Amino acid sequence: MGREEFLFLLAGLKWTVALSVVAFICGSIAGLMVALARTSGIFIVERLTAGYIAVFQGTPLLMQLFVVYYGLALIGIQMDAWAAVSVGLTLHASAFLGEIWRGSIEAVPRGQTEAAKALSLGYVSRMKDVVLPQAIRISLPATIGFLVQLIKGTSLASIVGFTELTRAGNIISNQIFQPLTVFGVVGALYFLMCCPLTIYGAHLERKFLTASR
Amino acid sequence: MNQTANSGNSTEPMISLSGVGKWYGAFQALDNINMSVAKGEKIVLCGPSGSGKSTLIRCINHLEAYQKGDIHVGGIMLGHGSKTIDAVRREVGMVFQQFNLFPHLTVLQNCMLAPMRSLGLEKAQAEDRARTLLERVKISEQAEKYPAQLSGGQQQRVAIARALCMRPKAMLFDEPTSALDPEMVKEVLDTMIALAEEGMTMICVTHEMGFARQVADRVIFMASGAIVEEAPPAEFFSNPKHERTRKFLGEILGRH
Repeated sequence: MGREEFLFLLAGLKWTVALSVVAFICGSIAGLMVALARTSGIFIVERLTAGYIAVFQGTPLLMQLFVVYYGLALIGIQMDAWAAVSVGLTLHASAFLGEIWRGSIEAVPRGQTEAAKALSLGYVSRMKDVVLPQAIRISLPATIGFLVQLIKGTSLASIVGFTELTRAGNIISNQIFQPLTVFGVVGALYFLMCCPLTIYGAHLERKFLTASR
Repeated sequence: MNQTANSGNSTEPMISLSGVGKWYGAFQALDNINMSVAKGEKIVLCGPSGSGKSTLIRCINHLEAYQKGDIHVGGIMLGHGSKTIDAVRREVGMVFQQFNLFPHLTVLQNCMLAPMRSLGLEKAQAEDRARTLLERVKISEQAEKYPAQLSGGQQQRVAIARALCMRPKAMLFDEPTSALDPEMVKEVLDTMIALAEEGMTMICVTHEMGFARQVADRVIFMASGAIVEEAPPAEFFSNPKHERTRKFLGEILGRH
């Protein structure tokens, strides 16, 4: 594998990173809404978001990408592959992050909310100043774990024809007929992104464990 | 000490409950509670566990919803809408058994949050007020620390200061010393006694009978969700009228 091929892989890597970042940021914003709706105390809202989460947790990510990519085209919404996989991954991330954060919000002791209420803090301040800062801490290891899943999940975008790292590998492999080398390098590139995150997540987990003692 | 000029008619009780009833499903937690607390009055609420005393004071600032009766606080009728609930919560401070300080904020930030967010104070004003009140509970040197770095007694004093930063007209104490190691009980009780001497209206759920003797204007004994007996402390302790009160006092005083 020559320099040119490697640079092509790096160009694919760039899109993998871009897709991961967009899906994680948009998914975080939507996921926060999902988590807040899921803990709103309003029965119908909680049931609806529970359904939303169940659908995305209960179906393969690949299916979700297909539905967004082909399904939206069917009802007349034209999107290029980049937009379609971004939307698909964002929806996927919002459901998973929403569920992780719901758990974290509920893990903040009830007394915190009660103390905030007794001080006549309104819902927004109770969440923003009291509950969420604690919930985010609790959720960090699981959130990072999901981010790693998400980065690897972007490889499925290759199937709808978006040239990220995996598809770039596929293309090169078909050109130079060295699949083992090429996918070895592709795998190493994923590993270099994900492994430090995993280690960082484990580090945070240990840190919070000792801090809570 | 009249901190707010606009406290309504002075003959009107600061806190009054009439016919308050509360159910958890079929279980009746509060049964026809009638009670009136005058401005500056100190009430000690006691009773066996499960008697509804905590539930009662948690109804006064609507941490618990009740199904029957009316509650008035500082001239405001506590409805079930968020407007009057917020108004009442601005008037009454609450101190919890488990302190419930915000662990991610420093002592000073704990005290500044609500005055800024819910009274709209400027940061400098809120800090001034917080430091003054931390001084008053004798813990000003810990202002920059986080709650986890303090002892239980210190945390509870911070919790008292945090509630006072809202300049409440009345304070509710929900077993404030029950979670403390014995050697820290006194510092918290001393803080509460000082507050009582300054004329704060107080309702305290506590088993500290020494505190009740020293500070309370009236002791109210509850059992099974109802008020069984109420009397000034001297009379309450020397001459309890009801069998259940006698039994309770026998158990709680016999321990010491």
